[in-house]
Amino acid sequence: MQSSPVVLSIAGVTKRFGALVANEAIDLDIRQGEILALLGENGAGKTTLMNILFGHYVADEGKIQVAASDGGLQTLPAGSPQAALQAGIGMVHQHFALADSLTVLENIVLGTGSLGSPTLHKRKARTRLRGLMSESGLTVDPDERVSRLTVGERQRVEILKVLYRGARILVLDEPTAVLTPQEANSLFAVLRQLKARGLSVIFISHKLREVLAIADRVAVLRGGRKVADRPVAGTDRAMLASLMVGREVPVSRREPQAPGRTVLRLDRVDVPGAGGRIGLTQASLEVRESEIIGIAGVSGNGQAALAGLIAGVTRAAVGAVTLFGAPLQPSPRSVVRAGIGRIPEDRHHEGVVGSLTIAENLVLETLDDPAVQRWGFLRFSAIRDHARALIAAFDVRCLGPDSPVRLLSGGNIQKVILARELGREPRLILANQPARGLDVGAAAEVHRRLLVARRRGAGILLISEDLDELLSLSDCIAVIARGRLSPAAPVESLTLERLGLLMAGQDAEDQAA
Amino acid sequence: MIRLEARGRPTALVSTAAPLGALLAALALATLPLLAAGAPVGPAFARMAAGAAGSTFALTETLTRATPLILTGLAAAVAFRARLYNVGAEGQLYAGALAAVMIGSGAIDAPSSVLVPLILLASALAGALLMLGPTLLKAKLGVDEVVTTLLLNFIVLLFVQMMLEGPLKDPMGGGWPQSEPILDAGILPPLVERMRLHAGLILGAGLCVITHIVMARTVLGLKIRAVGDNASAAQYAGISVTGVIVMVGCLSGALAGLAGASEVAGLKGYLTADLSRGFGYAGIVVAMIAGLQPLLVLPAAIFIAGIFVGADTMSRTMNVSNYIADLIVAFALLSVLVSSLFVRFRLRWR
Repeated sequence: MQSSPVVLSIAGVTKRFGALVANEAIDLDIRQGEILALLGENGAGKTTLMNILFGHYVADEGKIQVAASDGGLQTLPAGSPQAALQAGIGMVHQHFALADSLTVLENIVLGTGSLGSPTLHKRKARTRLRGLMSESGLTVDPDERVSRLTVGERQRVEILKVLYRGARILVLDEPTAVLTPQEANSLFAVLRQLKARGLSVIFISHKLREVLAIADRVAVLRGGRKVADRPVAGTDRAMLASLMVGREVPVSRREPQAPGRTVLRLDRVDVPGAGGRIGLTQASLEVRESEIIGIAGVSGNGQAALAGLIAGVTRAAVGAVTLFGAPLQPSPRSVVRAGIGRIPEDRHHEGVVGSLTIAENLVLETLDDPAVQRWGFLRFSAIRDHARALIAAFDVRCLGPDSPVRLLSGGNIQKVILARELGREPRLILANQPARGLDVGAAAEVHRRLLVARRRGAGILLISEDLDELLSLSDCIAVIARGRLSPAAPVESLTLERLGLLMAGQDAEDQAA
Repeated sequence: MIRLEARGRPTALVSTAAPLGALLAALALATLPLLAAGAPVGPAFARMAAGAAGSTFALTETLTRATPLILTGLAAAVAFRARLYNVGAEGQLYAGALAAVMIGSGAIDAPSSVLVPLILLASALAGALLMLGPTLLKAKLGVDEVVTTLLLNFIVLLFVQMMLEGPLKDPMGGGWPQSEPILDAGILPPLVERMRLHAGLILGAGLCVITHIVMARTVLGLKIRAVGDNASAAQYAGISVTGVIVMVGCLSGALAGLAGASEVAGLKGYLTADLSRGFGYAGIVVAMIAGLQPLLVLPAAIFIAGIFVGADTMSRTMNVSNYIADLIVAFALLSVLVSSLFVRFRLRWR
């Protein structure tokens, strides 16, 4: 391994944004046939570094060199995405950029020919694509429309697209976020095959388990600096976590606690899917006090319908939804008033209004409250006092109650939402992907808050795609697949493999067998 | 190559210097058409400044011209804050003016203290009602309000022309298509002796302050700001986005309708089909230059009015076309928009 040549060398790269140092003197080499994991919390500088690599930003100091065809290293011109592509660096983004109505082949060819060319040279492209598929083990039907592909298949198309453009250094940004464990395993198999073919892979992640499973070497960024660069062999999760965070990460533990009365019951509920998305079919579920019910599933299998139903934004077409013993009134205002705390899936899209201040966001759901307004006028001093108390209680790092939420980091925005939702001491909490996109420290804080609420007696419905999160927090887990909800099973009876199979929708076959 | 890079947080210096720099840039750009017209730049600008603010007469004329712009500017500022792109202030102004003459030119005989508020109320109501259709269509069916409000302008103007040729035509008007005059009791009083400046300015300035208070300090204002910035989060939090959109639309229409009443009852005295010199559209420019801040609408409207009035003087005395005013206003709008880009991004040369 040590003998293989360096194909990409980042030397002394520094990037400042005003007073903020996003990258500080980062050195990073990657060798041919190596899988390098780039590990770091949000804001550690991973994205900035990759943006510099791809020419989206220009580094203030330092240079990037790439292996040339003669084997020597040659400096990559800064600030040119074109040059990065030509040098054989390809990136697979977390969010796919595919044209749904075109076929796999058309998507892959798109943008490679000159605009003036009258034909797409499909025959030649097809031959080349077949070659790439057999080399890499990435198999997709080239004539299938992208809209008919699964998420895992779409990711293969993205990787093929990058390989087709001649990439020899592949950068994957959080590639497993949208995959089931099985799909992730087959991605890893592909990456190993590519590695055997002499390609180099930079694998950006914050999932320690995956880093340990796939990477040869791991580089850890923290606060813009590289704090570790070592072979994966001989490291473990605890060590990587503390390198990433810079201190010991507290692990929240669920203490055994007997559940109380039922707070939420779904009885064979159908929710129509909105905008071509999967709805809910015959879903039954029960959440009791002091109980965390986890909902596992691959994104887009009906979670949005389930969350929308409980958040009061979508209605059940069939079936009964009972909240605290009474039928649920489907409107955000009435569910909030009834005592549900709602942590939405997309905190920027649904959770906060960025241009409003922290104090304003904290009262957004309770504008009718006489403590918030009198005769239509906002009671700013009361609103600010309320905000100060919550900022202190939930440790929101900010300049004060009047600073716009837009300026906060993702973790702090989530704290604002937690403060608003949990500060009311709700009896039922809907937590939809509450730790997604958060760094290890912030995620641990979210988990701790949920466990505190559980101890207080709240029932919690936790919808997540992160199986580790579900397995460590939930009392029982139900799996959602194609709009159907499996019965909730005690977490002790479940394994990662079993959950993965359920998530792939194999529940029915198992029952038949 | 030039590249744009996001600034972390714009400094106070940058965010105050940018709009001022933009206005200077607009004037600098205005030298180009002046040079093309063969006019000496220095004296031309001097005449313009004198024409806009050089005497009591000039100043009152500028403020008179600013009055409708303040109201239509507020109309645009309020609506645009909620991302409701009401470009129909021109039509709402005419609807307000129509309501003003229907109430004020003899239908009701009452003392001034009753008639003036009635006229204002009627014109605000007319403007607000005109926004009901577009906002409901937008909220319920997703119909683009830019199209509906824009097209309503032509419908309203043609309707006004029909009324002026028909039922509202003044029999004493010598055959001209104009309405009967507003009763003396319905006239907005002048502010300066023997000048055209009228109490509409007080109304506009007062409404700037009131609108600011509504936007900054009331529940409604908070809802408007929330819906404008992130409608899905507002909806999720239980704010009725439909309700807010309709509310804001009516508020915006009412402000534009008041501009019509102010022109009819304050300046002209009767309604003609050429009452507005594009005040509805110029209001959009005013609102953009003011950064959609109600309090800044006042200076922005006075600035735009000053340019129009000053350019009139300049064109009379220097023999250049007064279309230069339109050019300067266009330059001002463009440079303010560009400057707002520089507040958020910095240029990098490489």
